[in-house]
Amino acid sequence: MKILVCAKQVPDTSGKVAVNDDGTLNRASMPVITNPDDLNAVEAALKLKDAYGCRVIVVTMGPAAAESMLRELLAMGADEAYLISDRAFGGSDTFATSQVLAAGLHHIGIDPDDIVICGRQAIDGDTAQVGPQIAEKLDLPQITYAGELTVEGRTVRVQRMLEDGYMTIETDTPCLVTCVKELNEPRYMSIRGILRCFDKPVTVLTYEDLKDEPLIDASTIGLKGSPTNIAKSFTPPLKGAGVMLTGVDDSAVVADLTDRLSAKHIL
Amino acid sequence: MLDKKHQMIQQLTREFAVNEIEPCIDYAEEHGEFPDELWEKAARYGFMGCCIPEEYGGQGGDFFSSIIMMEQICRTAVGAASMFMANSLSGMPILKCGTEEQKQKYLRPVAEGKKRCAFALTEPGAGSDTGALSTTARQDGDHFILNGRKTFITLGPTCDWAVVFANVIRDDGKKALTAFIVEADTPGFSRGKREKKLGLHASGTCDLIFDDVRVPKENILGTVGGGWRVAGSGLSAGRINVSSQALGGAQGCLDEAVKYAGERVQFGKPIAKFQNTRFKIAEMDAKIEAGRRLIYSAAQMVDRGEDALLQASRAKYYMSEVANEVAYKCLQIHGGYGYMEGFAIERFYRDLRIMPVYEGTSEVQLMVISSAIMK
Repeated sequence: MKILVCAKQVPDTSGKVAVNDDGTLNRASMPVITNPDDLNAVEAALKLKDAYGCRVIVVTMGPAAAESMLRELLAMGADEAYLISDRAFGGSDTFATSQVLAAGLHHIGIDPDDIVICGRQAIDGDTAQVGPQIAEKLDLPQITYAGELTVEGRTVRVQRMLEDGYMTIETDTPCLVTCVKELNEPRYMSIRGILRCFDKPVTVLTYEDLKDEPLIDASTIGLKGSPTNIAKSFTPPLKGAGVMLTGVDDSAVVADLTDRLSAKHIL
Repeated sequence: MLDKKHQMIQQLTREFAVNEIEPCIDYAEEHGEFPDELWEKAARYGFMGCCIPEEYGGQGGDFFSSIIMMEQICRTAVGAASMFMANSLSGMPILKCGTEEQKQKYLRPVAEGKKRCAFALTEPGAGSDTGALSTTARQDGDHFILNGRKTFITLGPTCDWAVVFANVIRDDGKKALTAFIVEADTPGFSRGKREKKLGLHASGTCDLIFDDVRVPKENILGTVGGGWRVAGSGLSAGRINVSSQALGGAQGCLDEAVKYAGERVQFGKPIAKFQNTRFKIAEMDAKIEAGRRLIYSAAQMVDRGEDALLQASRAKYYMSEVANEVAYKCLQIHGGYGYMEGFAIERFYRDLRIMPVYEGTSEVQLMVISSAIMK
């Protein structure tokens, strides 16, 4: 069994968000971090490694600088990393990205007892589309929003965290799971992990390496292979301030609230 | 200045300090120790034996890594520094002068964070003047019998064993300074009461008392009469380590002052807008950065196997003095609030006062520097 984790280096949106004149993110001027949900994915994989001794391979698509993120994930305990990087893959939307990542995973090889784990979504685009698209393109069963994950033999059991409850689903490997932050608490790197991560293999996969993969086609990758067109990008106006209702007692406040809601035809 | 490896150690330690150490500070200030759970967690991530070789339970990092680490720990809590003494005072003498058996028995558990080792040189009547040490060791067959008292011993209240310096009295009456590894559960070994100190409330300090303590001769560290060598083996590393504590603490003060100056409004604007505040902060930043370069260069000399004694003294002198200047000025920026418990600057101010004192006072560093450059 091996665990393949897809991770993405993203701008740190918890600090100052820099925006270009055309409304797109000014990535160059913002510090980069590993996408938070992807750290949960790495932690889930490392927990399986702790329990079963399986190999953990992290995969990313990005510029050469994304190697620094891969080193950090290796320092947490991952065994091996792949950086899929080529000008030909630049400008990919979620469709083209999942096309390339799926091709990369296929190139690395997915065995019958393997699991692919992705974070739910990246904080820069917030689409939550790439994981599910990879599963579709590799024809793998997928379980999204994992809040709990157990593996016994080839059976993967996941508790999916939904807005109004949860749902427990089982499937067999090979499969793809996307996880939410409730799944676990990602570990830190360790001192020894840092000292050793530079000896672990990081393989760069370029267009040349992947061009014979069936999923790779000029019409499905990069900017040209991206069906998404950004018509407009803008900062939404702030909503008005809320109103705090006060009254002599609870029933007076409730009466006030129902009057206001009725006036707006909500009740 | 830092390669990717050292950057990652810096980043890891910063995250660990902010997320794990910071929430324990109030507890530690009150109880005199950081909680055992934090020791265990820190050990799990490898902080305890950062620069101890892997064959002795450490992580195999270079000395510079432990300096980067200590800076980031003290940037959050100077009082946490003693948790990581295996990388300096506790570990280095055993690593440098111990036998293979001693390293496996007494260094490995310390580097793994399972046991604690103190370094007991100072006495009520002698610090840097090691000629005045009065603890004695009398040979009795295969044992030495230790009598005396060590004072101001960091980790004293909780140590499992200690490196203890005592004078073996030879037949001709001459004294031979010798280092012993003494287990704390040996009969006759006792601890004084916890000292109440100006600062470092989060780190336990007490006397160690030796009353006819029988130590087997295989626990001699180095040789009889080789105590000077043992004490000297970790001297530069110890002083650079303390410099990095002062550096981290100074940076912590500056972080607090910058944050506070941005929040505190007087005369209609944040005090960060006043040139007096800005210049003060800029001046401190420049001095801290100068100290940082000096300390890093000294640490890198140690890693290259060069004699770092002079550079270590320069770093220790400069940074501990600057740290106190920075603590004073950053408290001033806080005004009355800086004098109040609960503001981090109040704790930094107290904790940093020890820097020009322990591991050789500033005056001792000036002696080292002046003898190196003057006849």
